[in-house]
Amino acid sequence: MWFREAISRRGLLWGGAAAATGSVISAGTSFGQNAHDGHTAVARTGYSSAPADHGGAHGAMITVGEVDDIRNGFAPAALLTEWDTGTVSRTPDGRVLRTFEVDAIDKEIEIAPGIFFPAWTYNGRVPGPSLRATEGDRLRIVFRNLGSHPHSMHFHGIHAARMDGVPGAGLIGPGEEFVYEFDARPFGCHLYHCHALPLKRHIHKGMYGLFVIDPDPQRHPEFADVARSRLLGTQENAAWQEFAMVMNAFDTNFDSENEIYAVNTVAHAYMKKPIRIVRDRPVRIYLANIVEFDPVNSFHLHANFFDYFEQGTTLTPTLKTVDLITQVQAQRGILEFTYAEHEPGLYMFHPHQSEFTELGWVGMFDVVETVA
Amino acid sequence: MNEAPHIAVAAPLPPAKTQRRLAWFWLALPFVAILLAVAWLVATDPLKSFQNGAPPVENLTFERTILSADGISFLVRAGGSGPMTIAQVQVDDAYWQFEQDPPGPLARGSTAWIAVPFPWVLGEAHAINIVTNTGATFRHEIPVAVPTPVQDRASLTSQAILGIFVGLVPVAVGMLFYPVLRGVGRDGMNFLLALTVGLLAFLAVDATAEAFELAGEAAPLFQGQVMVVLAGATAFLFLMAAGRRQGAPTGLSLATFIALGIGLHNLGEGLAIGAAFAAGAAGLGTFLVLGFMAHNVTEGIGIAAPLLKVRTPLWTFAALALLAGGPAVVGLWIGSLAYAPQWSALALAVGAGAILQVIVEVTAYLMRADGRGRTALTAPATIAGLAAGVAVMYLTAMLVKV
Repeated sequence: MWFREAISRRGLLWGGAAAATGSVISAGTSFGQNAHDGHTAVARTGYSSAPADHGGAHGAMITVGEVDDIRNGFAPAALLTEWDTGTVSRTPDGRVLRTFEVDAIDKEIEIAPGIFFPAWTYNGRVPGPSLRATEGDRLRIVFRNLGSHPHSMHFHGIHAARMDGVPGAGLIGPGEEFVYEFDARPFGCHLYHCHALPLKRHIHKGMYGLFVIDPDPQRHPEFADVARSRLLGTQENAAWQEFAMVMNAFDTNFDSENEIYAVNTVAHAYMKKPIRIVRDRPVRIYLANIVEFDPVNSFHLHANFFDYFEQGTTLTPTLKTVDLITQVQAQRGILEFTYAEHEPGLYMFHPHQSEFTELGWVGMFDVVETVA
Repeated sequence: MNEAPHIAVAAPLPPAKTQRRLAWFWLALPFVAILLAVAWLVATDPLKSFQNGAPPVENLTFERTILSADGISFLVRAGGSGPMTIAQVQVDDAYWQFEQDPPGPLARGSTAWIAVPFPWVLGEAHAINIVTNTGATFRHEIPVAVPTPVQDRASLTSQAILGIFVGLVPVAVGMLFYPVLRGVGRDGMNFLLALTVGLLAFLAVDATAEAFELAGEAAPLFQGQVMVVLAGATAFLFLMAAGRRQGAPTGLSLATFIALGIGLHNLGEGLAIGAAFAAGAAGLGTFLVLGFMAHNVTEGIGIAAPLLKVRTPLWTFAALALLAGGPAVVGLWIGSLAYAPQWSALALAVGAGAILQVIVEVTAYLMRADGRGRTALTAPATIAGLAAGVAVMYLTAMLVKV
């Protein structure tokens, strides 16, 4: 009996200590871990002393260290706003011809501090380039396979069977080249991915990317203003703060369960470096889910609500005033919201699958006043 | 070439100095040869063709887990084909901050402490998952989270009391049968000695099985199974040699060896109980303590058996009881610190070897004391004692196995 009592007394003490000092634990102790080879002499500084560190909102529950963006060749912050609009020329009959160049490349990428994943990539980044065109453009995608396995680009869009990117129609072996050609339609927020077999492996190894087709305002006179705000390059569009987000995950030990979840590949990237948002400018997110092995993913916005355009193929919201949407694999859509009436501060976003959140897929919007 | 002239013209014996030099040469030759082989291997890398691009083999063993008010910390031992790097740590499928001491890659065989400020929940299960830089994962379950005992005066005292109850008291109680048993005849003596052999046989099997089980949890580089066999055999041979220096042990010296063997087993038992506490695997109830007592009373009878025909001062019994039961206290103290499994396996293996030696000696003593030699081994009283010893141990063990 005395032993039992000793246990429960200590247990109670711990419980109290945990409740009262949860934050003190993360603030007072040091959790330095060398994230990279060659960085062995990591200073054991207090966790909270790092100025750009906003992970504190999650207490001690966060990955340790920093990912080397330079070695990766892509930075999570840049992935949000980089659009590949291709090179524009004219077809003989005067239409816009947009040519994209995409290479399949085997590449080891760092998906969380110190964790390296042997990825298959489009253009050396995961997710692949966010391709962006305008409704009605003629698209030409020159695809070269520089990898070690057969690959393809299978676009979610309207095209001929010959251009589908499945075995026998644009699936090419290492060293080969294929040109996909079709019209950009329908407008919306779409995606492309490799359709080589086994599909599961080719997707979760990193072969996917956004494929956004902006609406042509002239084709939608009843919603011309809305269409113009979606059309990259217009003055109306410039007022928006647009972000590309692909919810993905990585099975690092190949047991058909993901070890790392993220939006745009790097776990906790937008937790450690929040996404800067100017308060009075509206926000638009092109969101897609490509997570393998788990049946569903979601997006939950803290302290705010948004309008949602399922697959982006409409100019009026398909869901109005929600703070959570779910997406199965390859489902995607557009989120529109504003912080104009909020006070500045850090606003969290994450899937409402707590497991995904705790394994890396969580971020912050840093809402600030307009800067001159 | 066995021509006679050869023999006839045999050179005179070389001087002693040359012979010594020659001996040194022959001694050095194998070492030089292995050095050359290593140099050639390193310089030319003929095994390059085996490098097929596969990632390095990684292995990580969790040796100790400490739960405290600061969270969870655990000792891991690396056993990969090369140095391995711990990249992140999950607790219950969530990434947590952690501190590695010492930091940096872990060479094969080296250990490091990982401290995670995780708010664990008393009495509930948690799982740790270490992710290395290659993405490999190593999982460790904490079946029931309880604070790891800290070695302050209060816990040392309470563990000592527990150890005394499960180790010392039953042995002493068993010895209280001594006066009653003094009058037994030849059959009674055979029964008691065979009973001792039976209980020792049970302990030997029990300790060996436990040692193998623990050895299986240890880091592979310790080669737990081989270690158990070698440690047991070494202990057996060493004690046999030591015991036979002045002829086969009888009377007090035989009783001392029995007490030593049982003591080593009780050390292992204490380690197991302590470890079960540290791991939260056992909630010790009064019933369990009573079970251990019943289980160990037989051990006291066994120790007293060889002394039945010898005049023995009282302090000897006290000393023997301490030798047999005392190690349970020490085992509890060490075991509750959640030591690495290979050390417990080693202790149990040594105990098993010691018990084997005692089995041999008690059997030899039985034959001698009886006077009939081998015939005594198959006498009804002996067989009955053997069966009773094993049966009593087996049945009382049912009270304590969880």
